[in-house]
Amino acid sequence: MAHDHSHDDGSHDDGSELSETELRVRALETILTEKGYVDPAALDLIVEHHEGKTGPHIGAGVVAKAWADPEFKRALLADATKAVGALGLISRVGDHLIAVENTPKRHNMIVCTLCSCYPWEVLGLPPVWYKSAPYRSRAVIDPRGVLADFGVKLSADTEIRVWDSTAETRFIVLPRRPAGTENWSEERLAALVTRDCLIGTGLPRRPDEIRS
Amino acid sequence: MNGVHDMGGMHGFGKVEPEPNEPTFHARWEGRVLAMARAMAFSGAWNIDMSRAAQEELPPAVYLAVPYYLRWTLGMERNLLKQGLVERDELAAGRALHPGKPVKRVLTKDVVERVFARGAFGRPTNTAARFNPGDRVRAKKLNPSTHTRLPRYTRGRVGRVEAVRGCHVFPDSVAAGGGENPQWLYTVVFDGRELWGEQAEPSLKVSIEAFEPYLEPA
Repeated sequence: MAHDHSHDDGSHDDGSELSETELRVRALETILTEKGYVDPAALDLIVEHHEGKTGPHIGAGVVAKAWADPEFKRALLADATKAVGALGLISRVGDHLIAVENTPKRHNMIVCTLCSCYPWEVLGLPPVWYKSAPYRSRAVIDPRGVLADFGVKLSADTEIRVWDSTAETRFIVLPRRPAGTENWSEERLAALVTRDCLIGTGLPRRPDEIRS
Repeated sequence: MNGVHDMGGMHGFGKVEPEPNEPTFHARWEGRVLAMARAMAFSGAWNIDMSRAAQEELPPAVYLAVPYYLRWTLGMERNLLKQGLVERDELAAGRALHPGKPVKRVLTKDVVERVFARGAFGRPTNTAARFNPGDRVRAKKLNPSTHTRLPRYTRGRVGRVEAVRGCHVFPDSVAAGGGENPQWLYTVVFDGRELWGEQAEPSLKVSIEAFEPYLEPA
């Protein structure tokens, strides 16, 4: 590396690797700013957006609506881009969102083996594990093993369908509605929907998990 | 390229370790990296495929060893040097030493919302799709040394077209500076045993999103 960021005394405490990275990133931002390519105030807003505004609560709301409203569910499965766009939750959902439905016979799981493609608009930024080598390498060859890492066990005859996000199409799982939630409001239903169940590495919470 | 980024089916990386209550960013610098990457893409310095390609071209040991957003940083540095937007002496000095080059536009506060809207990758076409849902297709044995989105674990394998997704910007072309060259995109589903042999989980199906040039009739 061409960077001269090592400590003068050559010491490396536990934080040294991180601070070297911090210095490198700070240097890059300085260069890009001084050259007039970026505006730090705009960068602040991008960070704020990702930390505060997006997130899996958007996807949870979509799923809750699909559970509560059969007409919306049909629309979502037919064209998720259009159906989610019509909710007005987000400025623009992109052109290629696809919702895939779990059934008693089929469980869906989303991965990007080549990088870290993920439906940002409806789930926010991906968690570290989603971008990690263990998940990317194993999801397509040993999805049951991956599910076991999440404490999820499916019956042996359930088909597991893994969607490798190798293009700009993006996927979101429509999980099965938990039993015992008849007549629940969308808001209550949304509380059952976890980020992991929207990726397919988890199942929705059971009603008794949120009653307490 | 046949890089370590193409890791579907590899062994030895260990268990998946979810982190409870994971924050969006684990340190301030991670957010700055993501923001810079998006702002520079807005400026026209690169597109999503060029940014993926730059990371794939990192030395394999580096690709695997560094944290996610540091990998982004290294990819950005590569692309900035390649585009001539930043010079090596500037990276070493940690400050600008030469005047900036003209860029298409600069992301400012008032237009920042524009980066939150995901881009559209579908393109109009006069060509008809070569394949239809239900068709048996084989992923070609392609081994380009440049960017591609056909994962190695599917090459030479036979699958079935499940859906036609429209005509999309072709990453192999756009990453190489060859323009959008739009191609039909399909969801192609493979049986687990076709990919991994008789030992595979019998109930497994894996699909990829495959551009037409990746496929041939089977």
